[in-house]
Amino acid sequence: MNGERKLRILVAKPGLDGHDRGARIIARAFRDAGFEVVYTGCHQTPEQIVSTAIQEDVDIIGLSILSGAHTYSFPRVMELLKENNAEDITVIGGGIFPLEDISKLKAIGIKEIFEPGAKIEDITDWVRQNVQPRRALAS
Amino acid sequence: MSHSPKKTYAMTIVDLILAGDLRATARLLRDIDDELPTARNILKKLYPHTGKAHVVGFTGSPGVGKSTLVDQLTTRYRQEGLTVGILAVDPTSPFSGGAILGDRIRMQRHFLDSGVFIRSLATRGHFGGLTRSTFDMINVLDAMGKDVILVETVGVGQDEVEIAHSAHTTVLVTVPGMGDEVQAIKAGIMEIGSIFVVNKADREGSRGTVRELRNLIELGLRHSEDASWLPPILETEGVKGRGIDELHLAIRRHKEYLFANDRGQLDEVLRKRARNQLIEALKDEALKTLLQRRQARGLSLDVLIRKIIAHESDPYSLVQEMLSEELQ
Repeated sequence: MNGERKLRILVAKPGLDGHDRGARIIARAFRDAGFEVVYTGCHQTPEQIVSTAIQEDVDIIGLSILSGAHTYSFPRVMELLKENNAEDITVIGGGIFPLEDISKLKAIGIKEIFEPGAKIEDITDWVRQNVQPRRALAS
Repeated sequence: MSHSPKKTYAMTIVDLILAGDLRATARLLRDIDDELPTARNILKKLYPHTGKAHVVGFTGSPGVGKSTLVDQLTTRYRQEGLTVGILAVDPTSPFSGGAILGDRIRMQRHFLDSGVFIRSLATRGHFGGLTRSTFDMINVLDAMGKDVILVETVGVGQDEVEIAHSAHTTVLVTVPGMGDEVQAIKAGIMEIGSIFVVNKADREGSRGTVRELRNLIELGLRHSEDASWLPPILETEGVKGRGIDELHLAIRRHKEYLFANDRGQLDEVLRKRARNQLIEALKDEALKTLLQRRQARGLSLDVLIRKIIAHESDPYSLVQEMLSEELQ
């Protein structure tokens, strides 16, 4: 009855585009998959995203982006996670990306990229299979 | 070294939290929420460091503007140089066990302020407006040195009064046109407010709502033994920041009232809080211990559940049997 970890995930939209339909749908899908989803709305800076991820102790960050600003915001999120000793948080991305950028994003540590056409179940399944909730603090 | 490395590590974690370390604190809150037994040992060590923060609860129906008011007040506290901890509760889906925690949307401007720690919580099936873990989390934020702790309940209806047993000061938020007098005189929620707020006061009917609340509060006080605090009723527009200074002042006055007077109101609040915490901890532990002992003897709950379904026994007799077996 106790001691069971619940997966916590942050769904965030970095940058200036305000099209959050996708982010909301994915947040809802994660909820329906049984995860606790922290949703912070649009126009988040990488600094805000990383600060939220740490305070909320999430296992994974899902970044939704459509504006093309991923070449700045994704590397910056990774950099800040490293600075805060929080590289153990998995980062995935969803949105529209030029093909040649995907390998670059994976090279800096983004674990998976989901493009238009990705099935919702594939995304939630990926998270279940690839993200382990964190260990407890030693007492 | 004379002591085990494990022990040293535990001391380090307590030290880290007392020093305000974000990662350690965030992880401990998670461990508490997930009911990991290790969290309890850390809580024991943190407890002596609690009791300094002013805990303020915000409750009211969904959509009345609790998060926005918490956001505005946080700005005011930060201007005063006080540090703030925020616990914001949202509902868990009873179907999937998942939750969308969206209270942070209204608090974005505080994300980069190191003097503000925000944690979103899901009810996880707990009724009463808070989570099972809220009280312990208040203690952690208190121990880490937050001056003010703002607790926002899940949008509640009529009977979720748990916040009044957890906070020093309870702010009850409503909006114009929420319901007639009959709604408001139902027992429970109306009786827990130290301060009443009519938010979105630019809407039609605000004055009427204030008048109705005043009548009800005065009627209530007439029948109350202690009428030394008259709950103020404030009109606010959270989004525009109107009325926030007054709310901020009212909360401070209530704190001063609690801490300065000699008629024992603070004692009463502290007694209620401590009692609530003790009873909750006892319930949790007793249930866990009972079930673990049964399991150790190979007795599963399923057998009993099936007995109830088959009408071979009933829940009342089974509980009595279980208790008399275990308490002998």
